[in-house]
Amino acid sequence: MAVAASIIGKERSVQARMASPSRFADKAFEWLTLAMALAVVVLIILIGWQLWIGSSVAIRKFGFHFLVTSTWDPVAEKFGALPFIYGTLVSSLIALLIAVPLGIATAAYLTELAPLWIRQPLTSLIEMLAAIPSVILGLWGIFVMIPWLRDYPFPWLKRFFGWTPFFSGPIYGPCMFAGGIIIAVMILPIITSVSREILRSVPDLQREAAYGLGATRWEATRIAVLSYAKKGLFGAVILGLGRALGETMAVTMVIGNTPQIAASLFKPGYTLASVLANEFTEATTDMYLQALFEIGLVLFGITILVNLLAQLLLRTIATTSATRAVQ
Amino acid sequence: MENLVMETPERTVMERMEKGTAPPPEAETPAACTFEVKNLSIWYGEKRAIDNVTLDVASNAVTAIIGPSGCGKSTFLRALNRMHELTPRTRMEGTVLLHGEDLYSNTIDPAIVRRRVGMIFQKSNPFPTMTIGENVVIGLRLNGVRNQRFLNERLEKSLRMAALWDEVKDDLHKPGTSLSGGQQQRLCIARALAVEPEVVLMDEPCSALDPIATAKIEELIYELKSKYTIVTVTHNMQQAGRISDYTAFMYLGRLIEFGPTTKLFTNPTEKQTEDYITGRFG
Repeated sequence: MAVAASIIGKERSVQARMASPSRFADKAFEWLTLAMALAVVVLIILIGWQLWIGSSVAIRKFGFHFLVTSTWDPVAEKFGALPFIYGTLVSSLIALLIAVPLGIATAAYLTELAPLWIRQPLTSLIEMLAAIPSVILGLWGIFVMIPWLRDYPFPWLKRFFGWTPFFSGPIYGPCMFAGGIIIAVMILPIITSVSREILRSVPDLQREAAYGLGATRWEATRIAVLSYAKKGLFGAVILGLGRALGETMAVTMVIGNTPQIAASLFKPGYTLASVLANEFTEATTDMYLQALFEIGLVLFGITILVNLLAQLLLRTIATTSATRAVQ
Repeated sequence: MENLVMETPERTVMERMEKGTAPPPEAETPAACTFEVKNLSIWYGEKRAIDNVTLDVASNAVTAIIGPSGCGKSTFLRALNRMHELTPRTRMEGTVLLHGEDLYSNTIDPAIVRRRVGMIFQKSNPFPTMTIGENVVIGLRLNGVRNQRFLNERLEKSLRMAALWDEVKDDLHKPGTSLSGGQQQRLCIARALAVEPEVVLMDEPCSALDPIATAKIEELIYELKSKYTIVTVTHNMQQAGRISDYTAFMYLGRLIEFGPTTKLFTNPTEKQTEDYITGRFG
């Protein structure tokens, strides 16, 4: 009994020495982090609102026509954004078609197949690609990539796929396809590194399950790793798409900057981001500036819409597999 | 019919299916032993995990490997189907013969080894994107079996052998992960049995399960022994005593004692074994 009492006594003295938890500090921490989180939301809303204010006259004047007409004539003050919307979407799509398989395959190589000593250096190199300023990538596009594309891959594509509308017509050099390729180069690092993180998070137990059944490395990667990581990989693609839609400098330098809608990918195009970058300094009339603001609003809207759709799609996939589990 | 047959070096699924039962002991291997392990040593980098182990695994019996954590028992088990090679920077010496055939010869693909020597892991690991049915037959599909009728037969047979058929026969289209922990582990056993391996390795198959699920798996192991050779790792000595015919005690990478389970538990020859099974260390 004496021993027990002395232990309890000791405990009391330790308890007495400890400061009472500060309710104030805890609350302050909560409010501070809440404020930070809200700041981001407020920033997004403010940007959207500013774009709306800046383009309100144009919106009232052109209405819905702005989105569906193709004439872009600052002198006559006729503005239609359709070619830019088309250019943004098509160039981003081309970029995804190139960068997604490349990025995911690279990530799979880095996590599943590559010898250990090569993994870190290769990862660093790929991430370094993201550090290249986009204007330099654009210069490389103009002086190296476009001449090479014009001499080798484009004529080859035209010879074998010239019967489709996508690869027909004369080859100029700067074109929608070149724009898509340069965007692909720019979004490759993010798709690769996000995919790599996702594949690395697949539990080893899944890999072992596949190998234990006599799977080859490709089979184990397919049934245990890639299919387990499907949802995460989709997220990586959407992150890449978000980047692709907003890419400006390098695309502006290689896409040809001609507001037209053409089926052939060898024809020049124009994107929302490019027209903003090119024409803001020349916008001399109020209506011209208003139209450019509206272009900005459209780009803002498309980016948000794409992200919302992606999240919705992700949630649908999640709930269907969940209902399958319940049934 | 030929397209149904999965190529394995010795026998085919179909041949064995016709016989209906266990692989008979090979005539040329004396005393019906499945594995002959000779002077096996394994290193992870600089660390020696297995130190010169020699051991024969009897056919159609349960061999348990016991020992304190880190004694190399899991590594030893994984060396029997070359799973340890998935860990980078491993090195091995010695030989492992499966029915007299060298598992580590240059001409043998580790994928073939793992087809013949199935494995159950500490935690159940069904593929979450596949249904219960798909999980069971994935091994057959990987090996090129396409015939739907054959797959369905194997599906039912494997699930029955894993004592899971009655519980899941109406739910084959549900995801494998919708089952309880014990059911998932039996699903993994069914998945391993579907390719008709010659041996089933179990790496602490009950360590994540409650006592009732554990009892079911133990009962299952006892039944499977008539058709398969089973090697299991456990750190539960009572379990080793209940389910195994032979027990190997390992300590610090070395095989201290190996013999019939009853002898090892009642009359061990080594002092270390006695200390361990009486709970004096470990």
